[in-house]
Amino acid sequence: MEDNKDIIQNNDVPERQPLDRKTVIKLNRDIGSKNQLKGWLYLAPALLLLIIFSFYPLINTFRMAFLNGYNGLAIVGGESFNLGVENFKTVIGYVDFKQCLKNTILLCVVTVPISTILALLIAVALNSIKPLQKVFQTVFFLPYVTNSIAIGMVFNAMFTRVGLGDLIQTQGIINNILGLFGIGPFNFVNVGSSWGANMFVVCTYIVWNAIPFKILVLLGGLQNVNKQYYEAAKIDGTSKVRTFFRITIPLVSPMLAYVIITSFIGGFKEYSSIVGIFGEGMGPGGNGQMNTIVGYVYNMLPKSNLGNASAASLILFAIILVVTAINGYVSKKKVHY
Amino acid sequence: MKIVLKNLSKIFPAMGKKNKDVVVAVDNLDIEIPDGKLVGLLGPSGCGKSTTLYMISGLQKPTMGQVFFGDDDVTMLEPEHRGVGLVFQNYALYPHLTVKQNIMFPLQNLKGAEKLSKEEMLRRAQEAADLVQIGDLMERKPNALSGGQQQRVAIARALAKAPRVLLLDEPLSNLDARLRLQTREEIKRIQRETGVTTVFVTHDQEEAMSISDVIVVMKKGVMQQVGEPQKVYDDPGNLFVAQFLGTPPINVFNGKISGGDLYIGDEKIMEVHAEEADRPVTVGIRPEGFIPSEDGVLSGKLRTVEVMGRDCSVVFTNESSQKPSVRAIVDSDIGARFDSTGLVRFNLKRNKVFLFEAETGERIRF
Repeated sequence: MEDNKDIIQNNDVPERQPLDRKTVIKLNRDIGSKNQLKGWLYLAPALLLLIIFSFYPLINTFRMAFLNGYNGLAIVGGESFNLGVENFKTVIGYVDFKQCLKNTILLCVVTVPISTILALLIAVALNSIKPLQKVFQTVFFLPYVTNSIAIGMVFNAMFTRVGLGDLIQTQGIINNILGLFGIGPFNFVNVGSSWGANMFVVCTYIVWNAIPFKILVLLGGLQNVNKQYYEAAKIDGTSKVRTFFRITIPLVSPMLAYVIITSFIGGFKEYSSIVGIFGEGMGPGGNGQMNTIVGYVYNMLPKSNLGNASAASLILFAIILVVTAINGYVSKKKVHY
Repeated sequence: MKIVLKNLSKIFPAMGKKNKDVVVAVDNLDIEIPDGKLVGLLGPSGCGKSTTLYMISGLQKPTMGQVFFGDDDVTMLEPEHRGVGLVFQNYALYPHLTVKQNIMFPLQNLKGAEKLSKEEMLRRAQEAADLVQIGDLMERKPNALSGGQQQRVAIARALAKAPRVLLLDEPLSNLDARLRLQTREEIKRIQRETGVTTVFVTHDQEEAMSISDVIVVMKKGVMQQVGEPQKVYDDPGNLFVAQFLGTPPINVFNGKISGGDLYIGDEKIMEVHAEEADRPVTVGIRPEGFIPSEDGVLSGKLRTVEVMGRDCSVVFTNESSQKPSVRAIVDSDIGARFDSTGLVRFNLKRNKVFLFEAETGERIRF
């Protein structure tokens, strides 16, 4: 042992140079360079598809949105020199667009909390029953596998009322039921119906349509919660309400966060359900009072107003980005583990 | 608080088409657990020991029979009214709460006259935490704790509300070997300090023997034997108990009684009562019951000698053994003599030899 020590102290071995960060990166790169080509080769198929179907459209959307007066057929004033925010100004200036924005935001704010709370309650209830659990699960899941346009038309039929005054010729089941209690009839969806009534129908529909998926996710989360937490809570005499708020909700909070984020995104992109109820006119009699941002974008397309459509898309994108960021920030604080 | 289990049974209904038989998890259990003792429920997995624990806690209701805490019949009482503290096998600490919040959780549930002030809750939480020596970890979340620390938090949570009975379900099974040794002493210490009647479940006989005041050995829902660990070890009531207790396990031979003498193979081992009828019997010999001797009564073919420092294991074969090999533990200075393969002979310590009926496994006392 003594000898060994001497040899090391004699400095026969040159002292190793301390490596700085740049050198390390360079060394690693040199070693990796052989494999880099291979790596790109393996990536190529996926990358190619991404470039064609994701990156190009994305970049092109920005291009169209920021080129003043872009209309898809001819570029007024020359493409490269006319960058600007004209399209955004136009879009924001439209009365139509403001209506769309108002509708979209209201839809989200109303339907997301309602559907999430309902879904959570139903999921907890489903999780606590044993007999018929599968049956109820299937029943609650049915709306998810049906076509939203078709169901929208059914909702329209349910809420409809055709005719004037006493000369009512036909009305849907909702007005019939309300009639049994001596209420109504109301004009929910037909020509001349109010914006509020339309909104009520659309929100009902969206909540009904959004619940199944949330139940599925939350039920999955609930079933993953270790039963022993509940047993421990029971031993300690925890009340049902306290167990729900202090144990169940924190333990499914990751699922809740996921559900809330995705349903906000879905809510801002709401379109097809409203088409189902009101048709492409997106309002009773095609008056457009229930139009949404995505609906507005689609409306711009046949008019070859690609610039405005792109600008509207980007505004929607920005809104979703901000809301999702807020969601993410809140969940970081509130979601446990 | 004395715990009495009277004719306690738990029968689970048949599940599904494949399992048509009902499952008798606990069968007519009669145990009296004395006040302030540490009691180990011991048995192989599936013997109903956890079910028994859950019936004491109230999380499961017995099919038949009664549970008494002291003189109170608590059979139909909901768990929250029994005043039990339960430590789960995987601790069941609420992952989103800090250690302090976890320990305070049961205290915050108290209502009405029992309601505590915030300061009182904090004081009791701190007291419980100090008792299990985690007082300095109060602000951590469970996932930032080691297994042993989590275990302590779980015990502190159970103790914070001053339970009448503390129940531990496989308390050491999630810990590594070193921590297990440490924690089991810790459990013993905490139990001594608090004096709370404690029942714990384990399948590890060493663990049960080392810390219990009383052990209850169970098999297939039926209680086999109750007693102080050493007494049960020295005087097993049947073959199952003899085999279940002790590491290395007892060596089991097919033997016979003939003319008042015990034979293993053709070798006459020892005299038993002259009036014992001639019949085949099962012979159990503890590993420490062998004394190497050139004129020993039991012979075998030496297979190997495992030296373990303090003592060594002599592994040999005997045709009458129920297992392929027989293990004898002898002092290492004696054992070192077994160097070449060949015959080994042993004399036997009489009190380490047990006889059982070949058919039923019942103990034959001689």
